[in-house]
Amino acid sequence: MTPAMLDIVKLSKIYETPSGRVHALDGVDLSVARGEIHGIIGRSGAGKSTLIRCINLLERPTAGKVRVDGQDLTVLPARELNVARRAIGMVFQHFNLLSSRTVFDNVALPLEIAGAPSGLIRRQAREALERVGLSDKADRYPAQLSGGQKQRVGIARALAGRPKVLLCDEATSALDPETTVQILDLIRQINRDLKLTVLLITHEMSVIRDVADRVTVLDGGRAIETGPVFDVFTRPQSETARRFVRDTVGLALPPHLTESLVPVGTSDRPLLLRITFVGPAASEPIVSALSRRFDLDLNIVAGRIDEIQGRPFGTLAVLVDGAAPKLEAALNYLRARNMPVEVLGHVPSHDRAAS
Amino acid sequence: MSQAMIELLLEALLETLLMVGVSGALATAFGLPLGVILLVTSKGHIAENRPVNAVLGAIVNATRSTPFIILMVAIIPLTRLLVGTSIGTPAAIVPLTIAATPFVARLFEAAMREVDPGVIQAVQAMGATRLQIITKVLLPEARPGLIAAVTVMLVSLTGYSAMAGAVGGGGLGDLGIRYGYQRFQPDVMLAVVVVLIALVQITQSVGDRLVRHFTRK
Ligand SMILES: Nc1ncnc2c1ncn2[C@@H]1O[C@H](COP(=O)(O)OP(=O)(O)OP(=O)(O)O)[C@@H](O)[C@H]1O
Ligand SMILES: [Mg+2]
Repeated sequence: MTPAMLDIVKLSKIYETPSGRVHALDGVDLSVARGEIHGIIGRSGAGKSTLIRCINLLERPTAGKVRVDGQDLTVLPARELNVARRAIGMVFQHFNLLSSRTVFDNVALPLEIAGAPSGLIRRQAREALERVGLSDKADRYPAQLSGGQKQRVGIARALAGRPKVLLCDEATSALDPETTVQILDLIRQINRDLKLTVLLITHEMSVIRDVADRVTVLDGGRAIETGPVFDVFTRPQSETARRFVRDTVGLALPPHLTESLVPVGTSDRPLLLRITFVGPAASEPIVSALSRRFDLDLNIVAGRIDEIQGRPFGTLAVLVDGAAPKLEAALNYLRARNMPVEVLGHVPSHDRAAS
Repeated sequence: MSQAMIELLLEALLETLLMVGVSGALATAFGLPLGVILLVTSKGHIAENRPVNAVLGAIVNATRSTPFIILMVAIIPLTRLLVGTSIGTPAAIVPLTIAATPFVARLFEAAMREVDPGVIQAVQAMGATRLQIITKVLLPEARPGLIAAVTVMLVSLTGYSAMAGAVGGGGLGDLGIRYGYQRFQPDVMLAVVVVLIALVQITQSVGDRLVRHFTRK
């Protein structure tokens, strides 16, 4: 196995503030393989920006290691750190372009800083601009561009020095949905064409779904869950991950159902289940099978099909009524077939009457 | 006004331009590095250094809060040392430069503080040294603000130079006092004031134009 491109070991960052210490990162381990797009998702304040800024040491970690292509950056003296940083491109939420420089000169800046000869600067800056489709805007100033174009310039600038790793901190959060899709497509394309390793931070699960290979969920400065995007979407392990998934591909349950839900085991009323169908199971007639096998009444209350990384998966909310042992057997049947099923609770009788 | 008077006025104008021009150029040359140091050594900036910042800041503030007329008299020994005399146009350049340098340094500092910290970070992430951050980001990004600062300084210097002229520095201020006030020729006084106003107006509008030219926002 080739060693990881990015290897983060027990990374911690403590901020000393007047109101006390803030554990922004608390022993984060993270490994990103070569050529992978790795998403980091978390709520506001989870430590996402701190994590990405600790990778190129814009922020100095309190403890832990950051290895990029095998080199530990945390031990480098200032001069060597500056050289190492040239191998890490960074894209920002608010673009952070130099307003006094043209598009071309913005893209050329990292090469200029690295002291590259002018012929090389011209060639690589032109190539990077071409890659993001902005060759015709080379002589414009950033103020004359739209948000999406500015972010393309930001990406071209990050690519100009031919980095090994691309860090994106909320790169699409300041853009409208349509432009977001275009920028994500561009990142995906660059990743494929250049085999570039990408670490992408976002608070939107849809961004992860559209572009990432693997995802890590950050919560309270800890990496609480990590895995292939498809797995995390279809079998989220942590409550935080479940909530993110629900907000993105979740079913909008009728409010009268969710409001009247009572906890499992406190009633003998019908159970509300959320079943996720993955791969071949998606095409099985699971509802009628359950009904026949276990002698249950099933009532579909909501359902939808999503696609993640080209693989379809469905979510179904069903109200199940029947004898307790048979309900138990049905749940075991689903679990035995490796179908993620979530028991949401009981729904009181008047809803059964209404259904 | 007589032909002789007009010649006197022209000569005084040239002396004023010389005083303002030379002291303005020197103050810019000294004030720019001073402004950069004041900024980068301040808290949270790229070369944070409390002692340096505190000492320079104290010197700058002390100079700025000394009334110009007192400063001028107080540094007479230094002026003598530098230009050999304490009277005349070259002698006036010394106090003018010393007064304008900290003034414009603070204006430069303020202009560069306006540069988006995100842009500085972006360049740090590229592996820029502190010197590169100053030369490739702070100075060019703040250029309109720096030009505006020089304009404000030149306008202030024009006023100060008239004051310096009144105590033996030559120039328009000197002419106004000698003829307009001491010999009571109100037309000369008026002419001096009109020329000063025109000078300030021209300086300001050229400055504004340059600021607009270099603004890309
Ligand atoms: N410079 C700082 N000084 C003190 N505390 C900080 C600093 N930067 C971040 N923090 C704290 O560290 C925690 C993590 O912040 P961080 O910016 O990494 O979160 P985030 O996940 O990027 O959030 P968001 O989605 O809002 O950008 C927060 O509690 C924040 O208040
Ligand atoms: Mg953030």
